[in-house]
Amino acid sequence: MRDVAIVAFAQTAHRRRTDELSEVDLLMPVLHEVLGATGLKANEIGFTCSGSADYLAGRAFSFTMALDGVGAHPPISESHVEMDGAWALYEAWVKIMTGEADTALVYSYGKSSPGEVRDVLSRQLDPYYLAPLWPDSVALAALQAQALIDAGDTDETALAEIAARSRADATANPYAQLTGDVPAGDHLVHPLRTGDCPPIGDGAAAVILAAGDTARALCARPAWIRGIDHRIEAHSLGVRDLTDSPSTRLAAQHAGAFERPADTAELHAPFTSQEVVLRKALGLGDDTRVNPSGGALAANPVMAAGLIRLGEAAARIHRGESDRALAHATSGPCLQQNLVAVLEGESAHV
Amino acid sequence: MSEEPVAVVGIGQTKHVAARHDVSIAGLVREAAVRALEDAGLTWSDIDAVVIGKAPDFFEGVMMPELYLADALGAVGKPMLRVHTAGSVGGSTALVAANLVAARVHRTVLTLAFEKQSESNAMWGLSLPVPFQQPLLAGAGGFFAPHVRAYMRRTGAPDTVGSLVAYKDRRNALKNPYAHIHDADITLEKVQASPMLWDPIRYSETCPSSDGACAMVLTDRDGAARAPHPPAWVHGGAMRSEPTLFAGKDFVSPQAGKDCAADVYRQARITDPRREIDAVEMYVPFSWYEPMWLENLGFAGEGEGWKLTEAGVTELDGDLPVNPSGGVLSTNPIGASGMIRFAEAALQVRGRAGEHQIDGATRAVGHAYGGGAQFFAMWLVGSQPPPG
Repeated sequence: MRDVAIVAFAQTAHRRRTDELSEVDLLMPVLHEVLGATGLKANEIGFTCSGSADYLAGRAFSFTMALDGVGAHPPISESHVEMDGAWALYEAWVKIMTGEADTALVYSYGKSSPGEVRDVLSRQLDPYYLAPLWPDSVALAALQAQALIDAGDTDETALAEIAARSRADATANPYAQLTGDVPAGDHLVHPLRTGDCPPIGDGAAAVILAAGDTARALCARPAWIRGIDHRIEAHSLGVRDLTDSPSTRLAAQHAGAFERPADTAELHAPFTSQEVVLRKALGLGDDTRVNPSGGALAANPVMAAGLIRLGEAAARIHRGESDRALAHATSGPCLQQNLVAVLEGESAHV
Repeated sequence: MSEEPVAVVGIGQTKHVAARHDVSIAGLVREAAVRALEDAGLTWSDIDAVVIGKAPDFFEGVMMPELYLADALGAVGKPMLRVHTAGSVGGSTALVAANLVAARVHRTVLTLAFEKQSESNAMWGLSLPVPFQQPLLAGAGGFFAPHVRAYMRRTGAPDTVGSLVAYKDRRNALKNPYAHIHDADITLEKVQASPMLWDPIRYSETCPSSDGACAMVLTDRDGAARAPHPPAWVHGGAMRSEPTLFAGKDFVSPQAGKDCAADVYRQARITDPRREIDAVEMYVPFSWYEPMWLENLGFAGEGEGWKLTEAGVTELDGDLPVNPSGGVLSTNPIGASGMIRFAEAALQVRGRAGEHQIDGATRAVGHAYGGGAQFFAMWLVGSQPPPG
């Protein structure tokens, strides 16, 4: 198995609206930042892959223009997933594992501000039975939160503590959208209060992957991907136990997450209640620092928030603040699809 | 490092039609997947991962439909990836699936692409206005017609070449039970008398809008040894992209298409594609793209592509048959069209293409393009495993 690492990460300052910026405008700075950090040019990258969703932009083929930001001439080896950028990173990792590329540029972006993101995400649901009812994303997360409370796994006070911890941690994150004290707020959809829900925001992120000695040459302390896997569950909420996340557990098992404890976990949990589910699935104890960036409760640019978890976990390794970190990304209603990666610094390898 | 050789051991398609009112999207994709599994002699439990592709979600009005399709495709508890690279997506999806096997991440992968255009309106799906960007020019034909005209002007091709391609592909489609358009009364005169839509592209020189799905089962060397029918082996595969609009872009023969083909031939050790390749399934949504892509993919010199078409070289009984299945001109479930090209190339080298089989085909190319002729995907498959 080839050694592949995240060697550079960049993200935008996430904001409630970016009306003045096109998707290319949003992306250009982060693309330049990761390329600049490694000294690579776009045409020196072995493979490029992006993640986004047309429905956020409200138009077909929205990603085709985003490619302009890469400067893709001479032509590049390139692909795109209609998913969170975490899965674009997975496709790029596979490409490097074939030996056909030594480096990869991965990027993703999401502008939630042009539409009503709660309604937009309801278009992900079964189009014949569920989507016609327009259940929005907060309402579905609230069903999950209530199931957790009914099962005795959490209560509203514990959820409020997760929100307070996340946003306190986010004060050290210059890219976060919501930081510091937030009131628990009124119920948005019972039992979730505004404090339990993510901000709506626009943002983008990019990472560079590299293999073996190339990674060592590009980064003082690469974040090695020791394992990465993703799994999906049934779509219908009625056939799932919403208090558990078997797909997260399975992905973590295949990624080798349970072999040794991690000091850090960046979890893609846009709702406080989802952190409860993920902690249980991953078996995280108090000795694992969860979401030191503030997580998706501090900034949740849809389609980039998962890639940002991988980037934040890697950046802590780059800075020497972590030796072994878990990164998690999710997609679909109530944590339907989940990706887990295990990242390590070189010293953790010995 | 050496890659695992990748084999195509199962292929399934739906009968492509204008509207499949009898099935949901889930029912449509499952039909193709079940046929691919039957061809491979496998069951759902043999599949390690699912890679799915389709063109824009606005075509059916479902955002990220792979989430809802996880159950129908037996993906629960497995990895599922969703690829989207515009019109080239069917080809890109197959290549992503092939990479999972080549990298030895998974042993057996189901890959599938679909479009159920009757659920929505494709013209509307492509026509949402965007501030500060040029509007699409009355559908894809409006975008591509000026580039066809540029090709004719550049090469001196007579204006009869486009109708020859359409006449050929629609006749080939009569031999393909899965093809959408079966016009038993087709004549060259009827093609030439059809209404002009986007000058110089006539109605009968354009692709239909179809409902349909295509699936393939890809596996490693051990999986291929257990397959009940001869596999097709992947000898080379590549994707290349360039921006839609930039000064110096050659819309007649984009550099990304040339580079993609060159990479595939390098991997497959092909030095003379015209002589060494037995059949080509190329992405020809408007008839004039056959002579254009013959040049772009290296089968003819610059300005010479139309001469191959005119001389009958690309006919079913010519020495370089192009689109024996009837091609995109006869069947176009957009997101699946690229995968159908890849799958039909594999059927040819497996000797399982039925009435449109090219005798003794041992090497075949599947090709797709998308966006403003900016995304390219291509593979070359053979009846024998790749050397080494």
